[in-house]
Amino acid sequence: MDVLQLLVSGLANGCVYGLIALGFVLIYKATEQVNFAQGDMMMLGAYITLGFHNAQFMGLPFWLSVPMAVVLMGVFGYLLDMFVLRRMFGQPQIAVVILTIALGFVLRFFAGLIWGHEPLALETPFAGQYLSFGGITLGVDGVMIIAVTVLLTVALYFFFGRTRLGIAMQASSQNQLAAYYMGIPVKRINSLIWALAGAVATIAGVLFASKGTIDPSIGLLGIKAFAAAVIGGFGSLPGALLGGLIVGVMEPFASRYMAPTYAPIMPYLLLFLILVFRPHGILAQVHSKKV
Amino acid sequence: MLDQPVKPASGDTRVVLSVKNLESYYGPIMAIRGVSIDVREGQIVTVLGANGAGKTTLLKTISGVMDPEKGQVFYDGADIAGAEPDRIVRGGIVHVPEGREVFPLLTVEENLRMGAYVRSDLDGIRQDEEMVYSYFPILRERRRQAAGTLSGGQQQMLAIGRGLMARPKVMLLDEPSLGLSPLLVREIFTIIRRLNREQKVTMMLVEQNAKVALEVSDYGYVMELGRIVMADESALLLESKDIQEFYLGVQGETQRGQKRWKQKKTWR
Repeated sequence: MDVLQLLVSGLANGCVYGLIALGFVLIYKATEQVNFAQGDMMMLGAYITLGFHNAQFMGLPFWLSVPMAVVLMGVFGYLLDMFVLRRMFGQPQIAVVILTIALGFVLRFFAGLIWGHEPLALETPFAGQYLSFGGITLGVDGVMIIAVTVLLTVALYFFFGRTRLGIAMQASSQNQLAAYYMGIPVKRINSLIWALAGAVATIAGVLFASKGTIDPSIGLLGIKAFAAAVIGGFGSLPGALLGGLIVGVMEPFASRYMAPTYAPIMPYLLLFLILVFRPHGILAQVHSKKV
Repeated sequence: MLDQPVKPASGDTRVVLSVKNLESYYGPIMAIRGVSIDVREGQIVTVLGANGAGKTTLLKTISGVMDPEKGQVFYDGADIAGAEPDRIVRGGIVHVPEGREVFPLLTVEENLRMGAYVRSDLDGIRQDEEMVYSYFPILRERRRQAAGTLSGGQQQMLAIGRGLMARPKVMLLDEPSLGLSPLLVREIFTIIRRLNREQKVTMMLVEQNAKVALEVSDYGYVMELGRIVMADESALLLESKDIQEFYLGVQGETQRGQKRWKQKKTWR
């Protein structure tokens, strides 16, 4: 079945976009900063995993490399907020935008310096394996990506909905001043949000790398993920995932059923239409304060 | 009518919170210019004043959201001026901000739990949640509802209840009457008085509604342009001519029955 294969590969791509978009939205909701280096953090996470795991570098087992990279990128995100972004408090938004764009360049430079600019493949245990049943052949990588994304989404849902820290993160993103008044350590919470965004970006990076090769410029995928976040409704976590899935599923179908020259424009055309007709995105979270 | 507060003579009880010569700036503007205030344990102390007098800034400086330029804030004998807000809440001072700053998308229950963020005694938190519901039964009915969908009065009740969840010794209340109907103002202030007596919460109450604030409080300060211009026991302030003229809107009797525009403030 052609359609099912297209759907799975589209969903797999969409999951990666969605996870990067999730990082954008996490940081935006908590701190009202837009982290344009989110895609590059994804790239760095993928490279760190590759550096731990691939035989030519450290050759550690895959199931050890991934958590180590996730933790390392979490620490990176935490320190980035603590030492760099916290200083930007009170500066105009554009300063943060430029700062994170510059950060993206810096990360790309260092990744190129350490691991080179040639495409490298992360040697995942499930690379090149296929599932076949009833005449349908699906790549294990695609199925893994979808499964991991679902698990991560459920985990995040429980984290934000049930745990004290998760609810405090929501609280501080909804009303930062009130969170201060309640003794919630808002600065530490913001750093933890950056840590979480770094960890999620790493998982997205590993998932992306499991589908093919990576090079330092894959962070530019972040632009597409940013579009996905806006389509879903910037400021809504389910919206970010939904936007990612829509963009991801659209791509293979567009290139299958449309002239190849027009296919790549589809996500951006959708973005354009969404912004004109539903400027807050599909799952907008709009609430106004009662006076 | 609210019942008259029992008035301990000055010096009767311990001073729990003492502000000394505090100065705070909003950017280049000096919002409070050397304010000194004593809050005695178990009392309700009110700070009156018009818009822009610096009342909110005073509370923000005490609760650590703003840092003072000069001066000290003594709480339980230690200087806490400039400490981080979470340390101050942990110490037992909680600030209930002006304008019902709830967490709009969290439920009532979650809002209350966030009030107890600095605590880890789960049993105590659950008991205090029941305590809050006993003072504000409407919150129990609405406990699964998003706080942003509550009415203004209910949000004010939630803000006070959330403050109580930190088990404060001192509560800083910023204009609880703001934007509420006179009936709701009565209700809220009756509960504030009850909380003060039954839960032994010392209150520092900032208000523009001078009448109701003086009726409920033990001691009052009047702030103008960042300074304290009057201080006395609330019952005496209520009878003071200046307060009646400028804060309670009572007009002086004249021969022609008109307002006397010549009346000057006596504290300048």
